[in-house]
Amino acid sequence: MCLAVPGRVLSIAGEDPAFRSGWIDFCGVRKTVNLAFTPEVRAGDFVLVHVGFAISRINREEAARTFAFLAHIGALAEEGITPGEASPGNWDDAA
Amino acid sequence: MKYCDEYRDPQIAQAIAGRIANATTRPWVLMEVCGGQTHTLMRYGIGDLLPDSIELVHGPGCPVCVTPLELIDQAIRLAAIPGVTLASFGDMLRVPGSSTDLFDVRAGGADVRVVYSPLDALKIARDNPERQVVFFAVGFETTAPANAMAVWQAHHEGIANFSMLVSHVLVPPAMRLILQSPSNRVQGFIGPGHVCSIMGFGEYHDIAREFGVPIVIGGFEPLDLLEAISMLVAQLEEGRAEVENQYSRSVEYDGNLPAQNMMRTVFSVVNRKWRGIGEIEESGLVLRDEYAAYDAQRRFGLESLEVREPAECISALVLQGQKKPVDCAAFGKRCTPMTPLGAPMVSTEGACAAWYQYKRHDLQHA
Repeated sequence: MCLAVPGRVLSIAGEDPAFRSGWIDFCGVRKTVNLAFTPEVRAGDFVLVHVGFAISRINREEAARTFAFLAHIGALAEEGITPGEASPGNWDDAA
Repeated sequence: MKYCDEYRDPQIAQAIAGRIANATTRPWVLMEVCGGQTHTLMRYGIGDLLPDSIELVHGPGCPVCVTPLELIDQAIRLAAIPGVTLASFGDMLRVPGSSTDLFDVRAGGADVRVVYSPLDALKIARDNPERQVVFFAVGFETTAPANAMAVWQAHHEGIANFSMLVSHVLVPPAMRLILQSPSNRVQGFIGPGHVCSIMGFGEYHDIAREFGVPIVIGGFEPLDLLEAISMLVAQLEEGRAEVENQYSRSVEYDGNLPAQNMMRTVFSVVNRKWRGIGEIEESGLVLRDEYAAYDAQRRFGLESLEVREPAECISALVLQGQKKPVDCAAFGKRCTPMTPLGAPMVSTEGACAAWYQYKRHDLQHA
């Protein structure tokens, strides 16, 4: 309930700060995430996502470790990421 | 050290455990406040890596667990109203009310949906203007800004068929309640990492100063928690009572200001009842008057209910670290995750459910 899943920001859309959103790669699973609380975030950054909102920016190494941990304990489903569809450590570098 | 193989870095885990053992000269009782941390501590058997004189007790940090039965019953009533769609996080929908649960209500034909974000519930409202969509909003400070944003966006866009059943609670008032109790045993806290990502440290400095208790803001992985315990033991042994940040990769001193602003714009602080504990002063959130039109209790004229908790449940003592789950006569017998009698057994992040899942077999074979 209080966990947050790391993802990589592929692209950003929206002018209005409250509706600014990112297209986020969760190691193969992609979702739209609200970026209103992380105005500093740019495409290519890694963020921690909680209930569809980015709450902080983290570095790539931390993102990879945390993602692998959450996959290991089966907690990815909390953010709607289907286990098996995501492959830990496999970030899309298309950004 | 039986669980050490499960660590990604078993040598590091053993090194930190060794450091804790060397530093410990007296018994200490430590509490983690967040349910996600409870789950990791139990799953990885972290208590087994520590010297016997360090006791870990589990706090009230599972928002699903502490949501009062009355509110779950209200959600069930709402879901049964024709034309209403009730949405919430999966954990919340599984919690039994006093006579049934939301999944049963759904099996009976109600429109009950699992969502991963409050914005998903808002989208259902936007896409289905003929339905009344109610989001059952639970959580601590980590989740409150997101839920606040859903209400703010509904107001901004004029989405009139969206409302919220609010059951939001705050961490610091619960820590104060625990520390103020004459029978308090807790000497140091592992602070809730993501709650502090949002709120920063400020309130925790006040608690550390006022009660002379060290607080280390911790992460959620086994090594984070071992490191936080090591930092707490060092403070206790040196006679310090400070706020330190083990989870610096996500937590900054001031927290997340845009998130705090959204939370304060939409919600105000009120007294709230916690399941298993009772009412705690200024411990919860409610929609501000400007947003009262989005309050589901008001929109549907739900009168307040009073539902009694089973008398034999000792959850108030468990949630405050004064008793362990196994001290309860009903634990694992009349009270299991399938048939919970009280708050800490209702979700996997609750202390009793975590004990049931990870410690039950050890106890049977002890």
